[in-house]
Amino acid sequence: MADGMTITIDDRTISAQPGQTVLEAAQAAGIYIPRLCHREGLTPGGACRVCVVLVNGRPQSACTLPVTPGMVVENDSPRMHEHRKRIIEMLFVEGNHFCMFCEKSGNCELQALAYRFGIAAPRYPYQFPRRSVDASHPDIFIDHNRCVLCARCIRASRDLDGKNVFQFVGRGVHKRVGVNARARLVDTDADVSDAAVEACPVGAILKKRVGYAVPVGMRLYDHAPIGADIEAEAKA
Amino acid sequence: MVASNTRRVVIEPVTRVEGHGKVTIQLDEAGKVAQARLHIVEFRGFERFIQGRPYWEVPVLVQRLCGICPVSHHLAAAKAMDRIVGGEKLTPTAEKVRRLMHYGQFFQSHALHFFHLCSPDLLFGFDADPAIRNVIGVAAKHRELAVQGVMMRKFGQEIIRITAGKKIHGTGAVPGGVNKNVSIAERDELLREVDQMLAWSRGALKIAKDYTVEHLEELRDFGSFTSNHLSLVRDDGALDIYHGGLRAITADGEKIFDHVDYQEYLNYIMEEVRPWSYMKFPFIRSLGPAAGSYRVGPLARINTCDFIDTPEAEAARREFMAVTAGKPNNISMAYHWTRMIELLHAMEKIRDLLHDADLQGTDLLAKGRRRYEAVGLIEAPRGTLFHHYRVNDDDQVVMANLIVSTTNNNEPMNRAVRRVADDYLSGQKITEGLLNRVEVAIRAYDPCLSCATHAMGQMPLKIDLLDSAGNLLDTRSKGTA
Repeated sequence: MADGMTITIDDRTISAQPGQTVLEAAQAAGIYIPRLCHREGLTPGGACRVCVVLVNGRPQSACTLPVTPGMVVENDSPRMHEHRKRIIEMLFVEGNHFCMFCEKSGNCELQALAYRFGIAAPRYPYQFPRRSVDASHPDIFIDHNRCVLCARCIRASRDLDGKNVFQFVGRGVHKRVGVNARARLVDTDADVSDAAVEACPVGAILKKRVGYAVPVGMRLYDHAPIGADIEAEAKA
Repeated sequence: MVASNTRRVVIEPVTRVEGHGKVTIQLDEAGKVAQARLHIVEFRGFERFIQGRPYWEVPVLVQRLCGICPVSHHLAAAKAMDRIVGGEKLTPTAEKVRRLMHYGQFFQSHALHFFHLCSPDLLFGFDADPAIRNVIGVAAKHRELAVQGVMMRKFGQEIIRITAGKKIHGTGAVPGGVNKNVSIAERDELLREVDQMLAWSRGALKIAKDYTVEHLEELRDFGSFTSNHLSLVRDDGALDIYHGGLRAITADGEKIFDHVDYQEYLNYIMEEVRPWSYMKFPFIRSLGPAAGSYRVGPLARINTCDFIDTPEAEAARREFMAVTAGKPNNISMAYHWTRMIELLHAMEKIRDLLHDADLQGTDLLAKGRRRYEAVGLIEAPRGTLFHHYRVNDDDQVVMANLIVSTTNNNEPMNRAVRRVADDYLSGQKITEGLLNRVEVAIRAYDPCLSCATHAMGQMPLKIDLLDSAGNLLDTRSKGTA
């Protein structure tokens, strides 16, 4: 710990290493900062705002902010809880998320966040946007209805697959994930084994013909809420 | 066109059926019934909005049609998708797990209908005060029956949970098989209840039988009419609610067709659209729309099958057939008796399956040559259920046609309503008891109106606005000229 420092998260002092983000330092100490667009192995994106914490009183995305000595971070407080709930609810109303028949149910990070935050129904009106599906690829199914614009697929394709299959197109409410071809995924060099396919936190990019292979009761979040694994390490 | 000086009697909502329906009875100037109709006013649209969805999603998606017998839709769609992936020859474990799921659902659905929806009519009489003629009244006066109803439903739901993952809207059946088997612990959990459930099933059958036999003279004509009957039967003619060929018989028992491969159902069954209902009217093609309507469900199944392959239900079937000297029974109210024969049959099957070691097998999936079109058929608690899909090269559903059980019984329910109206309403004062007889007749068919109105964009809708004297004030049409 030659170059170590300490920071404070919710009145708890933890040690941190230079170069770590606030989210990484917290996780190493067994503190779960909720996140959606963050994924280990990918360049931090700061896209979803679910991980926003107050750092010395100012809102910052924990996944992109490097630690500095003596930082005071507010993460698990009633007002941050409420703030995140609203962001997650907005993600739900912005797309067409029908958990009841989505094959990602039980393994979906967005759904798991909603359960963790006790969201029964969003307080905002559903937007019901008209979105398309792309079933052209023989092994990959894209359902834009469920896309949360987290950019995980974009980063994974670029940084891990070295392919650049996906890219954002459009602006504002018209922003969506486009593919590196005229229109269809089948015309790109996407492959079902790509890290980009695995990276999707929701049911927007799916391996075809997998469906509901994992029975209810054996899915990722059937028994413990999202983040419980990180918190369990702290207790151990 | 509605003539002036006619009276219109509207019964809305029809209670103690699943979903919402509306009945109108049109009287002529002499006060006789001119017309009686069961209107279906709900509107769903599943056939349209599953277009574009990947085929493996369909069994989980379409079961959302209903919260009462979602397993029927789950399995009918799965059977169609089995053929899409070329896996229609299921592994023994997959077929038995699915059958167990289906029998569990039959058990809970039939128990729910008998104990909670229809028993108030049978126990208290059609003319009893509606304030006690309901499930709360049953609970107060016949506490043990109300409790049995709840516990039997629970047992069926536990079977569904164990085979499908959830009590409602599970994911167990996947194209080509199932996603889980039944563990020893799960099996033992169910086995503990088997004897009690069998005993209660026998008791329920006895109530239904005794009621029907005691009231036979009154019931023989109550909402009754002759009709054809349709159901799946096994290759050897046995009752089989999971798989088989289509058999249709006339009211006298003559076979219209037999052991028809249901992939060819369109050659045998057609659907007629009538502008006043969201629900279509299916009929047997060779007989035409006027003579070709048919009944489905418990009564039709017991009428069409040659025998039942479980001993207690078979003995009960023989007793039932003896009432009509072996000929098909066309009494609407006989549905209740046959429903309880099936309840006992389902329970006997559940018992036998739970002792079958194949339930613990690990070979869950079959696969073969990919197809682009398939039909899945199953006998749902309320009758024959048709699911027909076309899937494109990209694995997306491009066409879906569903003929649900209650839709098959559309014309029969209208006929039952007409018959009751003819016998009890014409020229008489309208009493609660009379009105309830219309509902009792409909309820015999255990209609599930929510899932029967799943079509979209094809159904013409006409709304007539009438004043209290029955004069037509305004009319509006949608979807057709």
